Amino acid sequence: MSLHPLFIELLQVALLIALAPAFAGWVKIVKCRLQGRTSPGILQPYRDIRRLFIKDVVLAQNASWIFRFTPYLIFGVTVLAGGIIPLISTDLPLADTADIIALVMLFVIIRFFTALAGMDIGTAFGGMGSSREMMVSALAEPAMLMAVFTVSLASSSTSLTRMVVVMSQGEFVIRPSLAFALMAFILVALAETGRIPVDNPDTHLELTMIHEAMILEYSGQHLALMEWAGMMKLTLFFALGIAAFVPWGIAAGGQPLALLMGAVLLILKLLLGGVIMVLIETGLAKMRIFRVPEYLGSAFLLATLGMIAFFILE
Amino acid sequence: MTLTLLLWISVLVAAALAFIGDWRYAPEVNIAGSALTFAVSLALALQVYQTGAFLAAGDFFFVDPFNVYLVVLTTFVSTTTAVFSRRYMRVERDHGRIGPIRMRFYHAMFQLFIFAMLMALLTNNLGVLWISMELATLATVLLVSLYRTPTAIEAAWKYFILCGVGIAQALFGTVLLYFAAERVLGEGGNALLWTNLNQVSGQLEPTVLRLAFVFLMVGYGTKVGLVPMHNWLPDAHSEGPTPISAVLSGLLLNVALYALVRCKALVDGSTGTHMAGNMMIGFGLLSLLVASFSMLRQKDIKRLFAYSSIEHMGIATFAFGLGGPIATFGGMLHMLVHSLTKSAVFFSVGHASQMHGTQEMARIRGLIRGNPAVGWGLLLGVMALAGMPPFGLFASEFLILTATMKQMPLLTPLLLIGLAVAFAGLFRRVQPMAAGHIPPWQKPLAAANLPVALHMVLVLLLGIYLPGFLATWFQVAVGLLK
Amino acid sequence: MSHSLVVQLNLLLAALILLSSFALLMQRRMFAILHIFAWQGFFLGVSTAIIGYASGVHHLYLSALLTLAMKVLLLPYILYKLILKLKIRREIENMVNVPATMMIGIALVIFSYHLTEPIRQLSVLMTRATLAVALATVMLGMLMMVTRSHAVSQIIGFLAMENGLFFAATSATYGMPMVVELGVALDLLIVAFIFGIFFFHINTTFDSLDVDQMAKLKETD
Repeated sequence: MSLHPLFIELLQVALLIALAPAFAGWVKIVKCRLQGRTSPGILQPYRDIRRLFIKDVVLAQNASWIFRFTPYLIFGVTVLAGGIIPLISTDLPLADTADIIALVMLFVIIRFFTALAGMDIGTAFGGMGSSREMMVSALAEPAMLMAVFTVSLASSSTSLTRMVVVMSQGEFVIRPSLAFALMAFILVALAETGRIPVDNPDTHLELTMIHEAMILEYSGQHLALMEWAGMMKLTLFFALGIAAFVPWGIAAGGQPLALLMGAVLLILKLLLGGVIMVLIETGLAKMRIFRVPEYLGSAFLLATLGMIAFFILE
Repeated sequence: MTLTLLLWISVLVAAALAFIGDWRYAPEVNIAGSALTFAVSLALALQVYQTGAFLAAGDFFFVDPFNVYLVVLTTFVSTTTAVFSRRYMRVERDHGRIGPIRMRFYHAMFQLFIFAMLMALLTNNLGVLWISMELATLATVLLVSLYRTPTAIEAAWKYFILCGVGIAQALFGTVLLYFAAERVLGEGGNALLWTNLNQVSGQLEPTVLRLAFVFLMVGYGTKVGLVPMHNWLPDAHSEGPTPISAVLSGLLLNVALYALVRCKALVDGSTGTHMAGNMMIGFGLLSLLVASFSMLRQKDIKRLFAYSSIEHMGIATFAFGLGGPIATFGGMLHMLVHSLTKSAVFFSVGHASQMHGTQEMARIRGLIRGNPAVGWGLLLGVMALAGMPPFGLFASEFLILTATMKQMPLLTPLLLIGLAVAFAGLFRRVQPMAAGHIPPWQKPLAAANLPVALHMVLVLLLGIYLPGFLATWFQVAVGLLK
Repeated sequence: MSHSLVVQLNLLLAALILLSSFALLMQRRMFAILHIFAWQGFFLGVSTAIIGYASGVHHLYLSALLTLAMKVLLLPYILYKLILKLKIRREIENMVNVPATMMIGIALVIFSYHLTEPIRQLSVLMTRATLAVALATVMLGMLMMVTRSHAVSQIIGFLAMENGLFFAATSATYGMPMVVELGVALDLLIVAFIFGIFFFHINTTFDSLDVDQMAKLKETD
């Protein structure tokens, strides 16, 4: 008995929306444990979101429609991105409509509108956050695209489901190009999701903020949606990495048992990935902002090397 | 047997000098060792003259007319340089520029350097050729910085780095050559033997050999001092002790050119085109022109003559690149007379700078009045270098010009311009140095006159009358290089 | 493309060698450069041993051992001692424009790939793909020598170049004849000896190992 692909799609999206805060909570727990602090529970992000939903929205008088519209847009686009990346199964109807480059562009839309919203009110911190974010993104986008392109070379297609199928069902081959692409992807992912060493998500010092500075003005349900979208983005980046580099165990069709297996494996991989990311975060210090171009330059370099390695060595 | 004796002598003398180098008679031991090597090399040459080219030590060594005359030249010049070095280094010792430990090092490295060059000339294995070239460079690197002044260390560092990079290119070229050879001759040491490669050169893959030659050209060309890889040469040749400048200019450049010509023979046989020759023509001509014009700007006397070395090596490279019997003959004669002349000039220059305590040409004056032997030696040497008849360089340059006019007439004006500019550059500087009154800071000196006199007489003889056996010798060598 | 596992391992090692060349280009700290150089030697030695195993050319085992002994143990040790003795462990040099250097490096890799095209077509060896990486390593070593202003970094660039040459020999021809390899190793030892002496001379005379200070010998008009 195989589930209808549309149903699988909805199941996947629902899973994403429901589990993203839990993942964020898990990351928080691991980080606190590593730093020797007592951690909040894994359900704390849910409580935070619920709290924010209850509160009133406080808007500045000169806030334009962009400011009000952005949270909903961001949330919707993130959910859409979640519908494209194969999380538990490769049998997704939406996958034919968008390939990996379109996915990267979806992330660009998110970032673009966040930056606009940051500048909307006209405060200094919002503008500063937006300009920094744009600088990081200007350098991270080429690196991201290059890494993604290198991955797609191995499967000769930019469709994510096709990549996953080739990787999970093909023979085991050590590919140096993928190794390079993975390293580049990790570097870029840390930049895009605003983690150390590029940006500190826990900071309360405005001068060290990038992402936080852009959403500084938000409150109430707007902030709830932005935070939720942020958590989903983090989960999605992990899911993207898992799908592109370690997709084994993903369900090929719609059998409930296979889907369950896929979901369980996904959760396990996410947990492990979270631990690794926290280890990286705890081990490094945040870079000074003028070093970020070098950092992202080396990510670009790694991705390009991966591409070159593909042509030279494979 | 003669051959191994030849090589063992220099190694043993080097080892001996390393241990007893600052003994009173160390320079004499140096001279004796070199002289003995020279005698043995004459015996080797005689053997080749009588029986023709031969292989030795199981194909490891190959002696033919082309390299044996270079061997004789090397051992001869090293002997005369050792004679010169005895007087010269004694003066340096007295002036306090060098201490006992460094003298020991100097003597030992001198012999080791000769050994490395002889090995490079006599070996049949292209890999060992590379190793010997590298060894020769390394033996002289620390000698260039012997005086430990800032400029000397800078020159030695540049020499080390630039020649190291250059010779690494040559290694890559050798690897590619081995790659092409392996496909035809199979694996193992035999595939790197020049004699084997020469025999099967028609079967070697042209594309690979073309690529290999580019790397070999850049690599060994750096050691020859071809422009644009020449930056180390003026510094290295001007900062070391003068005997070292003499052997570097006179001998090492020849050996590097020899290596290049051997590789060219292989590439020509494989590709059948003139690509290798054209490259050599291009580099040679460029070196000639750039060096000649650079000579006009020099203020240091040794740098002036270092650029002159680049110029003459450019001419020789050009000649070998041109190919054909006349040009090749001219090239070989040029290598011979240039060695003799350049080392003689450096001997005179060394004493001249010792007399005045400086290498700046503006401060050197009145040489003929002060010390006629040195003054006339310098003046005659420069006349020879500039290519005036009846000296030997005129003969070789004339041959090369004739060949150029026959084969590539359009290049003749360029050659003539280069030669003319070099002529002017040399005379402009040397004439005031040789003539004029004695400046107050000039000090008298017991100079080593024999080496200079001997060299200049030989050069004069070779210019006027090329002995029969030498002419036939060259002709045989030319035939082998076809 | 069904390569055996051994060949894939070799390709992976080649990629790691290339990565280490780039890492050398970007690093500023002395000890980090030294460690990366040692790693490069390690990858090289393991790669040689693997090729020896896969091709049956047994003298490659000896070469691999020699490489490991010299380039992973001896040379880094000598450099380490020199850095300590010359008291330069904390020196961090200023480098020319890192992103531009990396771009040039990538261009060089593509160039060497293009240059070794004819050899790749002719070769029947399983290691032919790595010749481009070898030549790229040589060129990146040269780039490192050109863009650096510290004597130690220049020497490590030179040694990295030698690594590339050794790798080229094993990629193109399963290693040069033993005689040549031993001779090259000997030369390398002498080079190590000489640059050790050199560092002391430079340090004593100039009070630092900044090569830019040694620019007095120029054409004066």
